[in-house]
Amino acid sequence: MESQGTVETVNRHKQLGLSDGQVIDMYRFMQLGRKYDERSLLLQRAGKINFHVSGIGQEAAQVAAAFALDRENDYFLPYYRDYAFVLTVGMTTRELMLSVFAKAEDPNSGGRQMPGHFGSKRLRIVTGSSPVTTQVPHAVGFALAAKMQKKKFVSFVTFGEGSSNQGDFHEACNFAGVNKLPVIIFCQNNQYAISIPAHKQLGGKVSDRALGYGFPGVRVDGNDPLEVYRVVKEARERALAGEGPTLIEAMMYRLSPHSTSDNDLAYRTKEEVDENWKKDGIAAFRTYLTGLGLWSDEQERDLVAEYNLELKEAITYAENAPFPKPEDTLLHVYDESGLKGGA
Amino acid sequence: MAMMEYIDAIRLAMKEEMERDDSVFVLGEDVGVKGGVFTTTKGLQDQFGAERVLDTPLAESAIAGVAIGAAMYGMKPIAEMQYSDFMLPATNQIISEAAKIRYRSNNDWNCPVVIRAPIGGGIFGGLYHSQCPESIFFGTPGLKIVAPYSAADAKGLLKAAVRDPDPVLFFENKKCYKLIKEDVPEGDYIVPIGEANLLREGSDITVIGYSLPLHFAMQAAEELEREQGITAHILDLRTLQPLDREAIIAAVRQTGKVLIVHEDNKTGGIGGEVAAIIAEHCLFDLDAPIFRLCGPDVPAMPISPPMEKFFMLSKDKLKAEMLRLAQY
Repeated sequence: MESQGTVETVNRHKQLGLSDGQVIDMYRFMQLGRKYDERSLLLQRAGKINFHVSGIGQEAAQVAAAFALDRENDYFLPYYRDYAFVLTVGMTTRELMLSVFAKAEDPNSGGRQMPGHFGSKRLRIVTGSSPVTTQVPHAVGFALAAKMQKKKFVSFVTFGEGSSNQGDFHEACNFAGVNKLPVIIFCQNNQYAISIPAHKQLGGKVSDRALGYGFPGVRVDGNDPLEVYRVVKEARERALAGEGPTLIEAMMYRLSPHSTSDNDLAYRTKEEVDENWKKDGIAAFRTYLTGLGLWSDEQERDLVAEYNLELKEAITYAENAPFPKPEDTLLHVYDESGLKGGA
Repeated sequence: MAMMEYIDAIRLAMKEEMERDDSVFVLGEDVGVKGGVFTTTKGLQDQFGAERVLDTPLAESAIAGVAIGAAMYGMKPIAEMQYSDFMLPATNQIISEAAKIRYRSNNDWNCPVVIRAPIGGGIFGGLYHSQCPESIFFGTPGLKIVAPYSAADAKGLLKAAVRDPDPVLFFENKKCYKLIKEDVPEGDYIVPIGEANLLREGSDITVIGYSLPLHFAMQAAEELEREQGITAHILDLRTLQPLDREAIIAAVRQTGKVLIVHEDNKTGGIGGEVAAIIAEHCLFDLDAPIFRLCGPDVPAMPISPPMEKFFMLSKDKLKAEMLRLAQY
């Protein structure tokens, strides 16, 4: 299928090397992330699960970044709002639901961690924790390994603008800059760290800090997936060419409360949230695709029906899946093939 | 056997492991061109190159965190903390990350990192070049902690640590670096992590400890035997986590009187856990209360010579306490 630009809509993806099929796939993943997220929120409100932390409003940038990476070789260090990202790099809704329900089969942690704490060696999603920004030095460590072993992969790490203030951000960026390592440091600036707005969190721009580390810093509209795709792709090419890290600050808005334990209207207005819904990257991308004749209301209805069914099946599977055995609490503190170590 | 200093044994272990496995590498402040502030990594960069003996920026959390990332990829990093006093910026990486990676990923990922850090005083290092931080990390499941007393153990334990699939903190004693010079077996051998070592057999009292203070205990034991006919049974824990419970119990049962020693301060120290193991498993084998001889409960060691001497353990302090226990 080859799209035709209309007077109103110019085809921007073609010049980026993206096919019509790829941009449609991007849109599908964005919507999958959104539908997954909305459903998890409902499950929590219905008392079926204990907790959900949302990524609504950030899907467009997450999916676009994933499309710009090598999903067969690169290493990913996502943060807890990256549902759309991990879905795009290969995790399934069933696997995410198993995590939400804390079931034994959950590939992220076997039901040990909160939802949103991703990990899968098979998908090269590196296990993460709750203390924020600890994953940035880890990403630099993967990039160091790539350089030492002369492997053609990059590491890609995400975090929020609040997290960018942790010492680990600075220490890791500086280490990566000194050693010119193939790492992409991707800040999802969603304007809030729980209740703290960006203007109380940052005296300047996150992206400007890159100057001090000796590598490029780029600020990009996170609601524009094609721009995000472009800058991540360029960053990846630089990394593979031995030119070192790139810091990307994707601007977006956290449309949901921080988590299901948060009442966001205690610190921001409904008007502000409503205003940002109008800038939602998914809706804008749908308009773009529709304008090019690549997407229709009928396709949208079919997609929603498809995802409703997929999520229903995922939830049924996860709800019925067994919990971990209580005594399995004791497993995997150390390698169990030889507790004494060494030999 | 080859005669060498404790510090040479540590360096030799790294050299042999790097020759054996090209995924082993060293990173830290001043480890490369300079060869370490104590010369622990001297000559390694000449042999293995600047990439495998990597001088890092001055930032301990990055040294630990980058090593942890590389270890998750499958490398075998040996990260050096210049002084254990300076490793606290890395505690979040060590305790929240390295210790929990296997557990939180349900055995999907693991983290075979080694973090070396010199501990202990007696070198006029003052408050921040003399500390023993073992108790900060002790009691964190997922970490292994070793603290060698002898040059031979230093080599064998470091080689075991490098080959271990889980994170190991290697606490080397900086006063031992040059003080200890002894025979070290040649070639490849490991000292298994988790096994204590009986240094001396005796029948009157038992001394349990690790690292430098055991040298004072050994000297005191010689004198007590020669002068008073008192024989001491001395157990080197070698691995602080996991503790070798069977060896502790057996050593206590041997004499029924036990003195626990370490340079780390008494309250919250590893000796408290050793005492609890004894109380749980062999309380009725005791003929005297459990004795502990440790660093005083002050924030850290002062630099002024009489104050440093007051803080440090010594042969004389060990001898007095061992005699008091024998006569109890």
